This record gives sequence, C-alpha cells and structure tokens, in this order.
Amino acid sequence: MIPGSFDYHRPATVQEAARLVASLGEDARVVAGGHSLIPMMKLRMAAPAHLIDLQGVEGLAGIAVSGGEVRIGAMTTQHMLIEDAALAQAAPLVREAALQIADPQVRYMGTIGGNLANGDPGNDMPGLMQCLDAAFTLVGPEGARQVRAREFYFGAYDTARAEDEILSEIAFSGHAGAGYAYEKQKRKIGDYATAAAAVLLRMEGGRCAAASVAMTNLADRPIFSQAAADALVGSPLDAAALDAAVAAMQGDIAPGADTRGPVEFKRHVAGVMLRRAVARAASRA
Amino acid sequence: MNEMIPPAGDRAAALKGLGSSRKRVEDVRFTQGKGAYVDDIKLKDMVFGDFVRSPYAHARVVSVNKEAALAVPGVIAVLTAEDLAPLGLHWMPTLAGDRQMVLADGKVLYQGQEVAFVVAENRYACADAIELVEVDYEALPVVTDPFKALEPDAPVLREDLAGKTEGAHGPRRHHNHIFLWEQGDRAATEAVIDGADVVAEERIHYHRTHPCPLETCGCVASMDKITGKLTLWGTFQAPHAVRTVASLISGIAEHNIRVISPDIGGGFGNKVGVYPGYVCSIVASIVTGRPVKWVEDRMDNLMTTAFARDYWMDGRIAATKDGRITGLWCHVTADHGGFDACADPTKFPAGFFNICTGSYDIPVAYVGVDGVYTNKAPGGVAYRCSFRVTEAAYFIERMVDILAIKLGMDPVELRLKNFIRKDQFPYHSALGWEYDSGDYHTAMEQALAAVDYKGLRAEQAERLEAFKRGESRSLMGVGVAFFTEIVGAGPVKNCDILGLGMFDSCEIRIHPTGSAIARLGTISQGQGHATTFAQILASEIGIPADDITVEEGDTDTAPYGLGTYGSRSTPVAGAATAMAGRKIRAKAQMIAAYLLEVHDDDVEFDVDRFQIKGAPERFKTMKEIAFAAYNQAIPGLEPGLEAVSYYDPPNMTYPFGAYICVMDVDVDTGVCDVRRVYALDDCGTRINPMIIEGQVHGGLTEALAIAMGQEIAYDEDGNVTTGTLMDFFIPTAVETPHYETDHTVTPSPHHPIGAKGVGESPNVGGVPMFSNAVMDAFKPFGLTHAHMPHDHWRVWRIANGLGLHG
Repeated sequence: MIPGSFDYHRPATVQEAARLVASLGEDARVVAGGHSLIPMMKLRMAAPAHLIDLQGVEGLAGIAVSGGEVRIGAMTTQHMLIEDAALAQAAPLVREAALQIADPQVRYMGTIGGNLANGDPGNDMPGLMQCLDAAFTLVGPEGARQVRAREFYFGAYDTARAEDEILSEIAFSGHAGAGYAYEKQKRKIGDYATAAAAVLLRMEGGRCAAASVAMTNLADRPIFSQAAADALVGSPLDAAALDAAVAAMQGDIAPGADTRGPVEFKRHVAGVMLRRAVARAASRA
Repeated sequence: MNEMIPPAGDRAAALKGLGSSRKRVEDVRFTQGKGAYVDDIKLKDMVFGDFVRSPYAHARVVSVNKEAALAVPGVIAVLTAEDLAPLGLHWMPTLAGDRQMVLADGKVLYQGQEVAFVVAENRYACADAIELVEVDYEALPVVTDPFKALEPDAPVLREDLAGKTEGAHGPRRHHNHIFLWEQGDRAATEAVIDGADVVAEERIHYHRTHPCPLETCGCVASMDKITGKLTLWGTFQAPHAVRTVASLISGIAEHNIRVISPDIGGGFGNKVGVYPGYVCSIVASIVTGRPVKWVEDRMDNLMTTAFARDYWMDGRIAATKDGRITGLWCHVTADHGGFDACADPTKFPAGFFNICTGSYDIPVAYVGVDGVYTNKAPGGVAYRCSFRVTEAAYFIERMVDILAIKLGMDPVELRLKNFIRKDQFPYHSALGWEYDSGDYHTAMEQALAAVDYKGLRAEQAERLEAFKRGESRSLMGVGVAFFTEIVGAGPVKNCDILGLGMFDSCEIRIHPTGSAIARLGTISQGQGHATTFAQILASEIGIPADDITVEEGDTDTAPYGLGTYGSRSTPVAGAATAMAGRKIRAKAQMIAAYLLEVHDDDVEFDVDRFQIKGAPERFKTMKEIAFAAYNQAIPGLEPGLEAVSYYDPPNMTYPFGAYICVMDVDVDTGVCDVRRVYALDDCGTRINPMIIEGQVHGGLTEALAIAMGQEIAYDEDGNVTTGTLMDFFIPTAVETPHYETDHTVTPSPHHPIGAKGVGESPNVGGVPMFSNAVMDAFKPFGLTHAHMPHDHWRVWRIANGLGLHG
C-alpha cells in the first residue's frame, strides 16, 4: 500500500493545469478527490510520474442553477451535490444518486468530475449523466470543447477525453416535473453497484410521453438504453411495456461475472432495478 | 454510631465490582486516538522490512535475483531462504506440530506466500525494492479443493514430507493428508443410524473466512548487541508463548528476550500464531544491529495470515419417529492450506470440534476429522471461537433444523425435546466432555416468550400466503439457534500448546495507601481487561476498581500465562485473579485481627473492610490494613501485601445461549433484511453487563458478516478473489441490525466467581441463527440446506433453483 514516487503539482488555474497536462504527457495524471486514483496508486496499479492536483484550481467547484439549466464545476464534491437546495429542486435525481455513492467521508472528498472522467464502469455518475443527457466541457491546449455524456464513454477507463484535456464542467437541463428514480443494489455501503438503473419519465394523460434510461456497472461502460426508453414511451407503463423495456435493456448491457455474482444474476437484478426505478419514477411523475 | 457507617450496599456500589456496568477505562485513550499500537512505535535508527510475495498458488522457485533491489538507495538487505538456512530459520514449527516455510524454500504453496524479505531505511524504498526482486517461478498444478487434493493423482504439495507416513497426529494415508482424528464410538453410532426410524443426512460447508482485525499483524524487533537482549513488540495474543517459542527457535536464552504486546486493535484469533514476519524481523535486527519494523497491509493480512473455518462436514443424525435424537455421526474434511498452522491445543488437531453434540442429550456419537493440505494459506485459527466450536455449533444447529424438517416438527419443539435437562448436569457427553452446568429449557422458554415465537410463526404463515397469492415478493424467515460453548482452555492435564500448559496467572501488589496493581498473563485486544479484572478484584479485596491498575502484555513484568483467545481470559486468568485476591484477603484478615486485637476467626470480611463479628462498628478498612501491612511491625507476619496465583482450571466452562432472528428475504434480488435479532446469553456470573452487551453486539455483527457474505474465496488457479475490503464483507453501521440482548445466570460450579466467558458466544451462536433464518424462509418450497455465505447472488440462486422466478 505504498505508492511509487511521483512529482506533485498544484496549479492555480485551469489553463495552468491544462498546460501541465500537455507538457508532462502520458506520465502525468490529474487528481481531483483522489478516491479512485490514489487507491490505485497505493496498489501500484497506477504509477504516474506526475500528479497534477486540481484542489488548488480556483473556480472549478460550484453549482449554478439558472432558468432550469444546471452547471456543475468538475471539482464539486458529492457532498456539495447533496447539500445544494437549488440543485435538489432542479434535478432531484442527482441528489438521490449521490446519496447512494460510497459513504459520507468519501463524499466529502470525491468529486463529480473525478467520478465522470475516470471512466470506471462501477461509478454511478456516468450513467446518471447519460440519463440526464449532460454535456461535459473539456479544456485542452486548443481551448474548450463539449462532448455529450452519451458519447463520452468507450470502454473501461477509455473515454473521449484526450490525454491533454481536463474535464472542467458538466451541464444539463433540470428535470422539473419529470418522475425520477435511481435504484441501486449493492452489497454494502461503499460498494459499487451490483446493478443500478437511472430513470426519468414524463407522463401525459396516463401514458408515458418521454423516458430516459441508463444502467450502471452492467458493461465495461455506462449503458444509455434508448431501446428501453422507446419501449416505455407511449405506453401506460403496464406489464407488457415494462417487460419490453427490460428485454430491450437486456440487449444493451453486457455484465461480467465477479464477486458480486454470475452474469445471469446480474441480468436478473438489472431487470429488477429497472422495474423498480420505473415504478418509483412513475409514482413521482 | 452505626449511622456513621455507610450501608454495605452503598459501599459495594462504590467499589464498582462484580455486576457493575463500569465504563471502560481503556476508552479514554482509544476514543481520543491516543492508543499506542505497534505501528506507533518509533525507535532510533529503526528500519523497515516487507515481503516479496508469490503471485502463484503453487510454483517452483527457480531463482531469486536481488541485484536490482539492492541497488535501490536505502535498501539494506534482501533475505531469502538461503540466507536463513545456515541459522536453521528458513523453516519454523507451527503450533499444530507441522512446520512452515519462513521464506520460500524451493517452492511456494499458496498465493501471497513469503519469498524474500526486503529491509530498507524507509517503507518507500522497501516497496520500490520489492518490485525489483526478480523471482523466476515455474508454475505447478494447483489444487484448492480438499476432496481433489486427496485423489490418488493429485499434485504433491509438501515434497518435504515425502515418505513420511506418520504426522504429528498419527498416520498419513496420502501425500496431501495431514491427520485423521477420531472421537466417539463409530461402530455403535453407525449401528444406531442403520436401525433408526428417521435419519437426516447433509453435507454442510462452513466456508473459509478470516478474523480481519482492524489492526493487521506486525512487530518491531530490536536486538541490543551490547546487552544481548532482544525486545520484540508485536500484535501478540499470547506474549509469553511467543517469548518461549522465540527462544526455542532462535536459541536466544529466554531471559534475554522481552516480548511486549502494546495496545492491540482486535485479534479474534488472527494474532495467536507465529508468522514469518516475526522471524524475519528478528533475524534482520540481529543482522543489521538496528530495530526492524514489519507491519502487514490489509491485503497481506487477508491473503496470508491465519484464515478460519473451511470445514466440509458430512453429517447424519438419527431419531425416533417422535423426535428423540438417538445418534450423531460426522465426518469432516478439513482444508488446512499449505501448512498445518492451526492454533489448537496440541492434543486436539481439530480443536474442540467434538462439542458438536451441542446442547442435546445424544446417547451415541462419532466424529472423524481428516486434515488436508491444499494450495491455500495456512491458519485455521479460532476466529472469535474456542477451537472449532463455531464449526461444531453450526453443524449441529443446522443438522437439528434439517432433522426437524424430516420429522415435520417445529425446530424449537425438537430442541426442547432433546435438550440436556438441568438435573443431568454435570453431563457427560457421548464425545467425552463433562458439561459443568446449564439450564437450557429455562433459557429457551425465556427467549420464546420474549420474541413471541408463536406470533412470529403466525405472521410468517400469513406472509407466505401473501407471497403465494402474488401480493409480495418477500419471504419471512425465523432463525433459531441454541448453542453450548466450551471455553476456558484449559486444564493442563489435557490442554497445552507445544508443551506449554494452558494455565493462567495473576500477580497483585497492594500499595501502602490502599490502591493496587494487578498483572496478568493474558492480553486485551479490545475485551476491556483493565476494566473487568479490576472489578473481580474490587469485589474480592474491597478496594475500588478505580484504584486498581491492570497491566498485561510485558513478559518482563507480567506473570507467565498463555494469553487471550478462545474466551479463556475470564475462565482462567479471571479465576487466577480471584484466587490471588483471596490470598490477599487471607493475609489482610490476620492484619485486621491484630489491629483490632482479636483472634483471626473473630473478624469477618464485609465489602471493603474486616469487622469484628457481631460488632460491625469495630472494623479496619482495606485501606487501613494496606498501610499497616507495610508500616507496622506485626509479629509473625512478613511486611507487604502481595500475592500471585497460577490457576490450572479443573474443567472447561460451558456458556450457552438462545438466539432468534427474523429476516425478510427478497427473492428477486437475494437481499436479506434482518429486522429483529434477540440474543440471550448465559455466561454464568456477569462481571460487567455493559461490556457483555458490547461483546454480544460485536460478535453478532461478525456472525452476520460470516453468514451473509464474508469469505476468503479462491479461483481455480488459487488466486484470492476477496483480498480487499471491497470484496471481503465487513458490515458497516448501516448493514448492522439492532440487537436485543437478554440473559439468564447459571454460574459455573468450579470457577471461583462462577464466570464462564462470553466473548465468542455471539459469533458461535449467531452464524447458525442467521443461516437458519435464510433456510427457514425457503423451507415451504422444499429447501433443506444451502451453503453459506448467503450473499445476494447465492440467495437469489436458491430462489431461482426453487422456481420462484417464474
């Protein structure tokens, strides 16, 4: 549990951080809350020669809600997501999910940016941001660009972020009026999901008018399931629609066996989580 | 005049003696982060040691190249078996009569095995160098299944034992066989089973798990080359035994070795054994002339030091049609890993597993245990357990539930029908134990009333109907366990570890001003000895517990004892404490009589003083007596007031308890919600009810973990798949249910204060309680048994197998 040696950098601005990332190249890693990278370094599964700590960067933490639009700085901690009243009103789904991440101690340190940028398929926020159709702002040597969450994840720890880019901000529209739910099964507090489902629904006249579904830890990346959402839209969320949504979702996920259980169990629990998330979201719609 | 003397009750309360929920004196430092653990020790010039460990479960070690590692700045030495061999220290004896490699001698037998020991100026250089030690391995076939290990063509694990057909515990019949230990009457048992009305048969696995104390194992070895004295600080549950064994292994005279156990952050059996880290640290200190610190990390701890359980128990239990148990048969295939390093009394290679007739009057029984080598870590320690009692209790409490299914009886009714009756104590069990005392029916009836057992069964039936109607996807399980423990090892006539008799000791010095220090041969790892042993003494000698310092763990000052594990501290050292206190009191009586100018027989002890019989207004307090003992010339008496007692218990003690829990099982997710836990413990005389309650809460939480998810699992290649706390289940406060505790009091007839020990009872009784609840939930659908741990996917698999997913 002793990391290898590394040089420590503490830039004060995003631009300085981006310059460091660009100049130090692939030997450098950016650290936000440190709750993914530092354990990996202690296990020597990651051994960056340079650690660029974003804790000193001004203006990267904070939540702005305006006209139903939400912007969250990458260094905003999970705890801040839970505590922010305006966010809870504009996008209560975020608070519900953040409360299911790790434990309070971790949430005081762990950041939304780290959770999203690391590309760990076990993390909760990536699926959640796909469900919300969020956009990520990446700052690099050429300036800033935006990537949709639904197009950001390629595989485990493999994302659209270039090595010389830093995730600086997350933006999405609030979901006021929509039913929402984040259902997560885990073995204990602090564990990754065995399976989790994020659902947003709008109901009109007893029928589902719009839906968004994303699944967590059921593939090498978060799974946004358009097919599952399509199966729900237009239906009264009856048994047939739920069955169809689960079947469609099953076509999109690809869970692997681990100590949480074999593939058939995970598929079953994925279905249960989705059904429960839809039911709870519908009750709130 | 009498009103000047506070009533006896008030004076007794002021002592905070037996029965007082006195706050733990240890907690002042622990709650402020002021505990001093091994890793807090910093010595001048201290260096650090750590291991290169094998990534393979079975491999030949072809070569070890140290060059690159030695070139790392700050690296002092890299030790291998070759370096230890000239000292005869590349192997060491285990507590079970086997021997174990200190560093890989030509091959490795399990993942994580110690291959080389790197010594460096700091931990960082040490960790860097470990990565640079080049070990050339040649992989060998791996066997992790003990049944496959006994097949004729199984890989030979212990080549060092080639041709040895006799082990420490009798004949070996196969190259991977360690021993067969048999108890009871096999022929008579089999005859009863063959002719029985009803026989229930099951294979029950108590899976491999790990004590996982919060603080891992570690030590600091410091050889002073000028005085020739070796001081060894370490996480030792038995410091004196470590001193003796260290002397025997190293050849250093015992008076030149000082072993100190500082504050210990939990042991649970993990810190009983002798580990390669200790030996390597000592050698490294001798070689370098500098203090050497070695502390495991969490993965090292889970993967290599002292697993627990891993018993495959094939059972048959026979009964009459009306539910009278007539015989019990059990064969265990015991997976010991690469070396037999169990921490049992030497004459008991399967510990006290033959307590497996449990709380029942079973006329005839047989137990056979085959120990087997596999490519897993050694250990087999008593994880909050008295030497395989947990396995035995799980076995019998599952078998009784399974028999109840077969008989169509309520499991409680079957238990009540077969309990050893109060008038049968002392009771001689078919497998050779003399149960000292018990009142099982009273305890069970009290438990049933407390939880409204009939009401629970009625609720369960209603919920089952709702499930069958499709209104619910949850099943209710009621788990019942009634356990009898055997603790307090033990009588020297049959209990020793490597020849060291399992007595224990207490030495007391009363100071002239009436306060005292007591030293014991045990060592607290969280049990609260400094609190409770002072309470025993307070009641025995009339000095307030607050005025008594209890000290343990330094072999230069504490009297010899065999340490703390197996709930032995209260039964053995607690008895020694009471007996030493009585010696103090006997002398105090003579002093009091002299001071009061009466005959010894004319004074009597009253709480905190001696008074003249019939004239309680004439007395001498213990405080006055203490001062006189030192400062007044008393004819015929030596000055001073001290005593020492070495206590060899005449028998074990037999705590028992009735545990009942209620669980809701979600058949779709496998999530089990424990909504009620009731635990009645009878540990005899209760010293500190608050500490007992804390012990019960802690043990129940460990039991919950073990039953519901905690395991050391291996894949086919012998890789540990549960090597971190992400996968090795330790419940947090969120997963821990609320506990209701209760008690009856049946004092031990042979213990000086009637106490029996309680530390491990909740682990012993809790595991079958939780497991039985899971089985009970699925019983209506035909389930008789499923193996632990009952984590989500395995519970889901039960439901799936029973067709409950439609």
